[in-house]
Amino acid sequence: MNQALWVAKTGLDAQQTRMTVVSNNLANVNTNGFKRGRVVFEDLVYQNQRQVGGQSSQNTVLPSGLNVGTGVRVVATEQLHTQGSILQTENSLDIAVIGRGYFQVLLPDASIGYTRDGAFQQDAQGQIVTASGYPLQPPVTLPPQTQSITIGVDGTVTATLQGQSAPIQIGTIQTVDFVNPVGLQPRGENLYLETAASGTAQPGTPGLNGLGALQQGALEGSNVNVVEELVNMIETQRAYEMNSKAISTNDQMLQFLTNNI
Amino acid sequence: MDRMAYIAMTGARQTELAQAVTSNNLANISTTGFRADLHAFEALEVAGTGAPTRHNAIAETYATDFSPGATITTGRDLDIALAGAGFLVVQTADGSEAYTRAGDLRLNNAGQLLTAKGDPVLGDNGPIAIPPSASTTIAPDGTISVQILGQGPQTLATVDRVRLVNPPIDALEKGADGLFRRNDGLAAVNDASVRLTPGALETSNVNVAETLVTMISLARQYELQVKTLTAAEENADVAAGLLRIR
Repeated sequence: MNQALWVAKTGLDAQQTRMTVVSNNLANVNTNGFKRGRVVFEDLVYQNQRQVGGQSSQNTVLPSGLNVGTGVRVVATEQLHTQGSILQTENSLDIAVIGRGYFQVLLPDASIGYTRDGAFQQDAQGQIVTASGYPLQPPVTLPPQTQSITIGVDGTVTATLQGQSAPIQIGTIQTVDFVNPVGLQPRGENLYLETAASGTAQPGTPGLNGLGALQQGALEGSNVNVVEELVNMIETQRAYEMNSKAISTNDQMLQFLTNNI
Repeated sequence: MDRMAYIAMTGARQTELAQAVTSNNLANISTTGFRADLHAFEALEVAGTGAPTRHNAIAETYATDFSPGATITTGRDLDIALAGAGFLVVQTADGSEAYTRAGDLRLNNAGQLLTAKGDPVLGDNGPIAIPPSASTTIAPDGTISVQILGQGPQTLATVDRVRLVNPPIDALEKGADGLFRRNDGLAAVNDASVRLTPGALETSNVNVAETLVTMISLARQYELQVKTLTAAEENADVAAGLLRIR
């Protein structure tokens, strides 16, 4: 049937997906370590209905052809791994990564997840865990009589115990880096998973070899720019309206045809 | 049946095709670097016996609109917008060169610089690979400099230069994949006058108001063709009535 109807439909689909991504960004504006998504559009294949340069006679060629595009699609929703804003919380188990790097957490299925969310807590055994209860890797456990805990910029965790004046080192926090962080797969719960596109995780000491230093008592907020998302939303809505206008125009054309013949 | 009906039918069919081209422009209103297709109609004489009175309409996409789109600032390292005329060069799956203005670049796991479609972006030394780096800067002339991981900002390394070309636009043709290729078989040479804006993207250059008006005008044109069809039908009806036995 009418090709234009289906072309306009791809436009509606794509704008709808973009609206979902924008809404997700706005919904996560206060999520720690959230990286905003962005949709990438691509034009679909063109149908060559009349070949440009074809022979129109023995001596002449067609100067132009008919290439009808078949619409648009969302080719990717990429996460932009730029730094989020740093909020000072003064909570001793809040850690922000300043620069590149991800914390490693052990997931229930024994695989490793990666996160920028540094809002850690301790469980009943004193182990440092994420808000979902997944332990930090390599594991760090706070001794029972811990009075205060200090996390250095290089990830060294020291604790002062009750009745002791000298702090003792109880563990080290490692961060990992990826060749292509955009290739990480978002899993929810502020976690990312390694994929073939991200490259393998390269663990290291925070603050060295390009990995960002840690900052205790601070959290990385989301990197969502609210104004930009609102502008995106307006643009998406208008583009959606234009495409639905194309559908209604084509509908009217077909209606006219059926009413008059 | 009257030949007029066939002429009108062809007109209606070709108007539908033009409407598809217009809808495709509207659907790609948010596609980075998209260039709108321009359509036109051509009269094609119907050869045959009798007087040469009939011409079929043929729709064609005679050109691509190469006017610049709007530049939006994104601040991302690997987003580049071409300021003014010019194209980026990408390598397609068959190894040939194609040109695009979509500058939303990304890396793969090997650090190779790709377009959003997944085609490698070509530099002066072929496909560009960016080593693991703390920051990547693409200069207005296309030079890529990176701060290698583990080294301070005092040791910026130059990786390569993104090829920027400016082939004559009348020698460019849009392929089925939406990329541009030269139709004269020549290779585009680097043009030092092409500049890019780092941290920005170029939107599609579809003019919304113009496209909507074109769409309405095509819809009316379509109705005219249908009206002609009904007129042909009425004529045939009346002609048949003449022969009817009262």
